[in-house]
Amino acid sequence: MSLPSEIQRNPEPNRKKGPWTKLARQWDLQLMVIPAMLFIFVFSYIPMYGVLMAFQDYSLFRGFMNSPWVGFKHFVMFFEAPEFWTIMRNTLVISMLKLCIGFPAPILLALMLNEIGRRTFKRVIQTISYLPHFLSWVIVSGMIISILSTDNGSLNILLQKLNLIDEPINFMSEPKYFWGILTATNVWKEIGFSSIVYLAAIAGINPQLYEAASMDGASRVKQITAITIPSILPVVIVFLILAIGNLLNAGFEDILLLAGNPVLRDVSDVLDTYVYRIGIQNSRYSYATAAGLFKAVISVILLTLANYLARKSGNSLW
Amino acid sequence: MRLSSGDRLFIGSIYVFLVLLAFVAFYPFWNAAVISFNSGTDTMQGGVTFWPREFTLENYKVVFKDERLIDGFIISIFRTIVGTLLSVMATAILAYGISKPQLSGRNVYMVLCIITMYFSGGLIPSYLLIRELGLMNTFWVMVVPGIINVWNMIIFRTFFRGIPAGLEESARIDGSSNWGVLFRIVLPLSGPVIATLSLFTAVYHWNDWFAPSIYISNTDLLPIQTKLQQILNANIMLEQMQNVDAAAQGRMSAMRAVTTKSLSMATMMVATIPILLVYPFVQKYFVKGVLIGSLKE
Repeated sequence: MSLPSEIQRNPEPNRKKGPWTKLARQWDLQLMVIPAMLFIFVFSYIPMYGVLMAFQDYSLFRGFMNSPWVGFKHFVMFFEAPEFWTIMRNTLVISMLKLCIGFPAPILLALMLNEIGRRTFKRVIQTISYLPHFLSWVIVSGMIISILSTDNGSLNILLQKLNLIDEPINFMSEPKYFWGILTATNVWKEIGFSSIVYLAAIAGINPQLYEAASMDGASRVKQITAITIPSILPVVIVFLILAIGNLLNAGFEDILLLAGNPVLRDVSDVLDTYVYRIGIQNSRYSYATAAGLFKAVISVILLTLANYLARKSGNSLW
Repeated sequence: MRLSSGDRLFIGSIYVFLVLLAFVAFYPFWNAAVISFNSGTDTMQGGVTFWPREFTLENYKVVFKDERLIDGFIISIFRTIVGTLLSVMATAILAYGISKPQLSGRNVYMVLCIITMYFSGGLIPSYLLIRELGLMNTFWVMVVPGIINVWNMIIFRTFFRGIPAGLEESARIDGSSNWGVLFRIVLPLSGPVIATLSLFTAVYHWNDWFAPSIYISNTDLLPIQTKLQQILNANIMLEQMQNVDAAAQGRMSAMRAVTTKSLSMATMMVATIPILLVYPFVQKYFVKGVLIGSLKE
C-alpha cells in the first residue's frame, strides 16, 4: 500500500499559525473527512476494543465496563473443549482443499481461454462463467442442494441413467461427500471471476515472444510452459501469498448454508461458524470472542509470514 | 499461421473442455428455472432436467400472491437503493477530502482507514455494538454499518487524483468552495467510477442475507434473501422427514400442484432477476473495477 508522497508540496504554506487556525481555515475540507472518520471509529475501532471481552465474563446486564476480568479462562476452555481439534481439522482441511483446487483452477481457465481464437466463443464462455459470482450464496446453495437432492436431483438422475447407482444418494446428509461438495461449489462460483486478473496478466505479455517461439517451431503447449506461465508467475505468487495469509478463513456463508443439516456438523464446523453458533445462537459472548481472537492472532502471524515471503520474492504487499 | 496436428488436437480439446465447463456452470441455474416452471407434483416424480414436462405458471402465481415474499422484495429494493446511495455518496465525500494534499492530518486519516482493511473486532463485538446502539430490529441496521467502504474510498481517491487540477482551479476562481467543486465539477466527471462502485455496492446489498438474519427478528423487515434462506432451510428439514415417510409426504403434496421445492425455485428465480437485469452493465464495468482493486494491493 503506497502512501501519498506529495504531502511535502503543500500549496497553502502554513504561515506560522497554530494547527487550530489551519484547521479552522480548512474547516469545509475537514467537514468532509471527520464525520466519516467518526463513523469508522464507531463501527470498526470500538469493536476492536471490544475484543477485550474475551478476557472477561461478559454479561449483557453488567455491560462491558462492569463485567469481571477472568484472564485466559475462555482461551483455556476453548483449547480443552472436545470439539477444538475437530474444528481445527475442518478449518485446515477445508481451506487447504480450497487452496489446492480453488487456487490453480482459475489460472488453468485463463490459460485455456487464452488459447481460444474465436472472440465470440471466448466472450460467451466468460459471460457464463462470471455469472455465479454475482449470485448470493443463498441462491447458489439452493441450486446446488436442488441438483444434489433425492427429489428430482439432476446428479442422481444422471447417475441412475448411467446405471452407476440403483438408489438415489442423499448427498447433503452424508458427511463423506461434504468437503468435496463444498470445494466444488466454491470452484464453480468463483472460477470465472478469479480468472479475470490472470487474463489481464496474460494480455500484458509481449506478442513478439510468441511469434519468435512459433518461428522456432515451438508447439502451443511448449509456448504455454515456456512463455505464458513464467510471465504471469509474479502475479500468481502475489495471490498465492495472499491466500496463505487467509488460510484460517475456511469460509462462512457457504458452510452455513450448505451444511444446514446438523448431521454434517462433524465435518463442517470451522472456526468462523463455531464462533457464530456459540456466540450468536448460544449467547456465550466471551467464549466465542476468545475463539475469534485466537483465529485473528494466528491470521496476523500468517499474514506477516506471508508478507515476509513476499518481500523475499520481491513482491511485498505493504 | 498453420497449426501442427498436435496443436490442433490440443486446441480442439480445450474447446471441448470449455463447452463442458460452460454447461456445468450454467446447468444448475437452468435446471432451477425449469423446475420453477414445472408443476410441483410432477417434479416430485423425478426426471425433470432440461425442459419443463408439465409447464405451469402456478408457482410464480403463488409467489406473487404471498404478501410476506412481496414485502421481502420491497424491503430488498428499498435497502439496495438507500444503502447504495448513502454509501457511495458518503464514501465519495470522504475520498475527495482525503485526496486533497492540503488536508491536515491526511496521513493519520489514511492509516486509520487502512488498518480497518486488515483488522476487525470480529462478529461478536460488532454484534454487541449494534445491540448497544439500539439498531437491532431496525431497517437501518442493514444500511448504516457499511456506509463507509474503505476499499471503495481508495478507488475513488485514485480516480479523483487523475482529474486535471486546472478544472478545479477555474471553479475555485469563480468562488466555489470545496463542496461546490466536489458536486459541480468532480462528481459529474466521475460517472464511470460512480457507476462501477454503485453496481458493486448494489449487488452486495441485494445479496446480503446474513446481517438481517442475526440483527432482525421481526419478519416484516426481512429482505427477500433472508426469507429465501429460511424457506430453503425449512425445505431441508422437510426432505429429511420425507425420507422417513415418503408415501405420506407424497399423498399430502399430490393435492396441490405447488410443492415447497417448486415454490422455492420460483422464489429463487425472482430473487435473481434483478441481478440478471444489471449483469450486462456490471459486466461492462467490473473487469475495470477488479483490475483497479488488484493494482492497489
